[in-house]
Amino acid sequence: MEETVYDAITAVLMLGGALMSLAAAIGLMRFPDLLSRMHAATKPQVLGLLLFLLALAVEFRSWKLLPVLAVVWIFMLLTAPVSAHMVGRAGYRTKHLRPELLVIDELDDVVERAQRLLREAEEEVLEDDEDDPQVDDDPGHTYTGELDDDEMLRSRGTAAGGLNSNAQRPGQNPEG
Amino acid sequence: MMSVAVVAVSIMLAVAGAGAIYRIARGPSILDRVLASDVLLAIVGAALVTDMIVYRNLDYLALLVAISLIGFIGSVTVARFVTDRR
Repeated sequence: MEETVYDAITAVLMLGGALMSLAAAIGLMRFPDLLSRMHAATKPQVLGLLLFLLALAVEFRSWKLLPVLAVVWIFMLLTAPVSAHMVGRAGYRTKHLRPELLVIDELDDVVERAQRLLREAEEEVLEDDEDDPQVDDDPGHTYTGELDDDEMLRSRGTAAGGLNSNAQRPGQNPEG
Repeated sequence: MMSVAVVAVSIMLAVAGAGAIYRIARGPSILDRVLASDVLLAIVGAALVTDMIVYRNLDYLALLVAISLIGFIGSVTVARFVTDRR
């Protein structure tokens, strides 16, 4: 009688885990781009594995087994977000996504601002190559400090009031 | 009842593995492939657990730990060196 109950619990847990794997495979086959496939792919890695490990624990009912199963699941729990983060970041940077499917792209304006700042910095470095008194006066400054000073001078002098000041934070590194 | 559940679980895992392999073969970019291979690794781990439950042994526990580590290393490495080429 007791064995039957434990077997039933094991069977239900295994069926749940297998359903997770099946859902992940169907999602992998049918979803349109990388980010939505990543959403489907995490199901068997965390929840499916948890259900299978619980089935194993219920079937064997041994205290010696539990630490090993806990180690397996904790490893998976620690490493799955890191690998998903790396894959998602690489996918965003190399444009492996379909922008028309995104509801909101929160990195879009940050990337645009970073590219604009980079472009302006390159232009000003090219202009400063001929005659810039600041370079001779202050040889100990770093590259970013020079960028900050020029940015502040330019926005204060020429475009005063034209650009709102909180849109320009040159020290921020948006991709870090 | 247990045997019916085991057969159902095996069929579902086989179909899931076939789907993951389909995405590995088809996937337009290398990131899709590495994602699908992660899923395939999780499915292999699930199959190992099913085997341990059916035959009542504990032979594959170390392999299970290794699988949960190797998938991480592989996907992080590939994602680190991915380039713009599709």
